[in-house]
Amino acid sequence: MTVTTFKLNLGPQHPSTHGVLRLILELEGEKILSCEPDVGYLHRGMEKMAEKMTCVQYLPTVDRIDYLAGFFYSELFIRNIEKGLHIEHSKKTKAIKVLLLELNRIASHLLWIGAFLMDLGATSPFFYAFREREMILRYFEKLTGQRMMYNYFTFGGVRRDIDYLEDVEDIIKILPSKLKDYERIITKNPIFISRTQGKGILDIKTAKNYAITGVNLRASGVNYDLRSFDELYRDIEFNPVIRNEGDSLSRYLARVEEISESIKIISQLLDYLKKAEPLKQNLINPLTMRLPEGEYYSEIEAPRGLASCYIKSTGDEKLYRLKWRTGSYYSVNLLRKLLVGNYLNDAIAIAGSLDIILPEVDK
Amino acid sequence: MNWLYYWYIEFLSKYNIPQIVGDITFYVIPFCIIVAVLLIVVLILVLVERKLLGFFTQRKGPNRVGWWGLLQTLADAIKLLTKENITPKKADRFLFNLAPYLTFIPVVLALGIIPYCSEFTFVNTSTNAILYIILAAFPVLSIFLAGWASNNKYSLLGGMRNIAQVLSYELPISFVLLSIVVLASSMNLTGITLAQSTLLGGFGWFCIPCALGFVIMFICILAELNRCPFDLPEAESELICGYNTEYSGMRFAVFYLSEYSMLFANAIFLSILFLGGYLSPFGKYLSTYFLGDTVVGNILLYFEQVFWLFFKSGIIIFVIMWIRATFPRIAPYDLLKFSWKFLLPLSIINLFGIVIFKYIMGGAI
Repeated sequence: MTVTTFKLNLGPQHPSTHGVLRLILELEGEKILSCEPDVGYLHRGMEKMAEKMTCVQYLPTVDRIDYLAGFFYSELFIRNIEKGLHIEHSKKTKAIKVLLLELNRIASHLLWIGAFLMDLGATSPFFYAFREREMILRYFEKLTGQRMMYNYFTFGGVRRDIDYLEDVEDIIKILPSKLKDYERIITKNPIFISRTQGKGILDIKTAKNYAITGVNLRASGVNYDLRSFDELYRDIEFNPVIRNEGDSLSRYLARVEEISESIKIISQLLDYLKKAEPLKQNLINPLTMRLPEGEYYSEIEAPRGLASCYIKSTGDEKLYRLKWRTGSYYSVNLLRKLLVGNYLNDAIAIAGSLDIILPEVDK
Repeated sequence: MNWLYYWYIEFLSKYNIPQIVGDITFYVIPFCIIVAVLLIVVLILVLVERKLLGFFTQRKGPNRVGWWGLLQTLADAIKLLTKENITPKKADRFLFNLAPYLTFIPVVLALGIIPYCSEFTFVNTSTNAILYIILAAFPVLSIFLAGWASNNKYSLLGGMRNIAQVLSYELPISFVLLSIVVLASSMNLTGITLAQSTLLGGFGWFCIPCALGFVIMFICILAELNRCPFDLPEAESELICGYNTEYSGMRFAVFYLSEYSMLFANAIFLSILFLGGYLSPFGKYLSTYFLGDTVVGNILLYFEQVFWLFFKSGIIIFVIMWIRATFPRIAPYDLLKFSWKFLLPLSIINLFGIVIFKYIMGGAI
């Protein structure tokens, strides 16, 4: 019997590539022999734009790097600028930032749960996850005026004082019960288990070699959560979610656990924020702002892994060079290794479990 | 169906047309009746499915066209019929165009041999049940044909998966059917229905002695229908739309139609084999109970029988839709493993169990 192989072009328009990822797969039947990711279909020149705009002009576009985690990237950019300007934040500003970041992380993970289950062929969890995400987005809309591209953090603080905390209270009251529902419909589902357990195992060595960060790394048993070293999270108690299996199931469980971890963080902050005095902050006038000459680097634990920003400034009103590092980019590269030897249907599930967001990859 | 046949022959003889022509052309009439009823049933099924999926996922479902969205599927059908039929350049034109109709016609034929009530079977042969199994396996082959003819890798993969699926579920279905044949001592669907009629009503149905077989058959029928969690040939997230990726307009509509007709036909088949077909679950028909042996009662009896058959298959369809809202898709190799290692041995054990049960009970069943 002769075995014939053929090439399959998965994407860029494919229902389960979450955007415009193109994978060139070499298949033998349904078995994948090689995988070649092809990115760049959503390239918007985010880094070049920074060189052409002033910082305040660039700030609203930063949210668009990852449309599911806008707060993280604007916080990262602002943090890097503030590093050069030596700005200290009040306790309340920090608390507001952490609250919003964690809410955003929950929203991002919720959407991932829905999309991942959609990849596996279950349609209902998608709607359930969106229902919960909607509560968070409603709150963001109330507070910032935007559902996804918030542009709420600004140089030296936040645009307005936090409000509508009772909404956040509702969210963290409802979410744990919904997570139990997810457990009943998803985690205890034998088909879900058989589709994810032992599939796409990412061992520690490969994860480190491919520079994987975030939940994907922690699900492989590496205790590396940037929040532990983060200035913002200094007074907050939380346990990084570590799982040792490294398969799709553990990545799923790690994300679900991370949601409940984030709920804990938020409930710690809520008590403080309710009693806190009105916000006082020294906002910088962005029109006269000049970043001193030098190189700046900062990083943050975004929902899809370590995100970092490098800036070289010549003291001009525009930045000389800006470089983003995003988690998904490295996850896409990992597909080369992780998909080989798997079947097509598992490949979709594995690629889904890595939580790849294409705008973040292409920037 | 004798009265319709005699009526037709008499009608022809008035115009001096020989009986042989009537014998041959008679089957056009039931075919047309089935297609007409089927279209209505499918329109309702599609709407019900969308509504149910909406309710399961806390949405409203279609509610814009017509009251309660009643005309939504009609609007969709009109939209599909007016769309352009696209044939890919390098597709096998003849097979590509033929495949949708090859999926639909066997379903209509399969519906023709089903006893809807005690006097209403279009074609009643003595081995109805076997014939049904053969006809039900037909669309699967034409789905492979569609996948192969459209010259698309995704379609081909879908067709290949479908063939793998046929191999795995056809055997358990046959073994379960054999156990039913043993229980009923008949291969005729009317005979199988009547074998379940006792004064106990629902307790005499074959789903009680053959409960294991019922579950196996239900799972296999899910696989045969390409329904979730076995919707591998058209796995949306993997193969875009599987075998019907390249189909558009009218031909896609025919695929859609045959899919839902198959759902309807198989639900009816399942309720005949295990849930007593057109028999009343109370042991006595309501119309005879309330109206007695009157003319109205006798006519209503037939409607009641049809109602019970549709009611039972409606429940089965509801469960199938419920499953769709709950489960993720199973992996193809898991389906094969599950079927060959688990369902097939279990269905053989079930057959042996039923044979022994039948032997012990003797003439009691």
